Amino acid sequence: MIEVRDLKKKFGAQPILDGVTFRIETGESAVIIGRSGGGKSVLLKHLIGLLKPDSGEVLVDNQSIVSMNERELLPVRRKFGMLFQGAALFDSLTVAENVAFALRHNHRMAEGEIRRRVATALEMVDLPGTENKKPSELSGGMRKRVGLARAIIYEPQFMLYDEPTTGLDPVVSDSIDQLILRVRDRLKVTTVVVTHDMRSARRVGHRIFMLHGKKIHAAGTPEEIFHSADPVVRNFIEGVSNPKEITF
Amino acid sequence: MNFLANKWVAPWLEGLGRIALLAREALGSLVLLRVPWRSVVYQVYYIGVKSQSVVLITGAFTGMVLGAQTYFQFHKVKMDTATLAVVSVSMCSELGPVLTALMVAGRVGASIAAELGTMRVTEQIDALRTLATHPVDYLVVPRLVAAHLALPLLTAEAICIGIGASYWVGVHLLGIDPTYSWYNAIRYTDAFDVLIGMTKAFIYGGIVALIGCYKGMTCGEGAEGVGRATTESVVYSSITILIANFFLTLSLGSIVHLL
Repeated sequence: MIEVRDLKKKFGAQPILDGVTFRIETGESAVIIGRSGGGKSVLLKHLIGLLKPDSGEVLVDNQSIVSMNERELLPVRRKFGMLFQGAALFDSLTVAENVAFALRHNHRMAEGEIRRRVATALEMVDLPGTENKKPSELSGGMRKRVGLARAIIYEPQFMLYDEPTTGLDPVVSDSIDQLILRVRDRLKVTTVVVTHDMRSARRVGHRIFMLHGKKIHAAGTPEEIFHSADPVVRNFIEGVSNPKEITF
Repeated sequence: MNFLANKWVAPWLEGLGRIALLAREALGSLVLLRVPWRSVVYQVYYIGVKSQSVVLITGAFTGMVLGAQTYFQFHKVKMDTATLAVVSVSMCSELGPVLTALMVAGRVGASIAAELGTMRVTEQIDALRTLATHPVDYLVVPRLVAAHLALPLLTAEAICIGIGASYWVGVHLLGIDPTYSWYNAIRYTDAFDVLIGMTKAFIYGGIVALIGCYKGMTCGEGAEGVGRATTESVVYSSITILIANFFLTLSLGSIVHLL
């Protein structure tokens, strides 16, 4: 379970989040939607302690993580896997070394067992046989899939996805969505996806939270959100811009 | 006055405090043996072996110039054979450690800041944290340990090659007597001179690695941020080495004097 209570965050004088509150149940798949620059990724980074809030609480399995220091956070982070927007693969390591990273550094495991699990994880993301490639030799979609394999290899309880389909063509985006569903259903993980891709949000979410005006503006099942009469939600779903915002 | 305090003094003190915290965290990792030794070996190779050409050329030409210049002055008072002794003492306690550290700050400090800076802006450091790995354990400690090990070795190498090159210039180009040159060099170069040089090199290794890591891990966004971190790493490391050298010379000299 992940719970966020009255979370506030400013960067300098600029408020990014101003009283965000929501709760994601164990096994649930939640999608956070909202406009670019609206603070979705900032919110996601608070869930795993990469950013500290100015005030408010973040609870993971009823344990507050906001006052923990970097070392105290390490055991909490072992419960999480995260896929970054740009995949964030370690470019000095091969694909296999990237995927095996957590096993080598945090788990005492025989080399043969690590290799077997790397092969299984790469198989799961449809990238078998790429162990010896460097991240620079991979396409954007392949990098994200390797990032996903790296995050799921130690079978986390929570998976966080930061804009998993941004910058990918529709076919690759669809394959990433299918992978998110496959990981969710096979590993029974609690999933949080940050995206502004509405097709993806509809497919992978049990519940959708819309971040707008630095707060959770709307929350509900995909059906509720897609049939919402709220003008802000409707404009976002239909991709309608406010003409007053267009400046030349 | 307030403007100066806010713009320069406060950020400088803040930076100093943050570097101290980074050093404390790294020391904690070292004490609890959270050291990835494979990375240490690679960093020793990268900092030590890959800096060979830079250090050898710096050591050799510094020794040659210092030897020639000392000879030109000493020759006026018929003290030619003291030339190598002056070069030896200077290289061991001052020029060897300082020039080696400055060259390593330029080559390795810049590279550490650029590498860690790029990792920061591409979210690789955040990825490391999400994989339950402390960035200080994985990124800072290996570089710090390797720099502490490599700098004294590189300095010893620069000292040897500097003295050797000075001997070659003195004996073969300027006609100084080789036997008396060696005799005076050995007579006036104390073991403490070598110890002072090695102690300084050990400390400068830490300065280069810590400032490089700190600048890289706290760099601003984008290519501009990485560029600025790289430049600042070299500038701050060099200035810190030069200032620290003065205080180390005084303090280590006083300790030796007491012994």
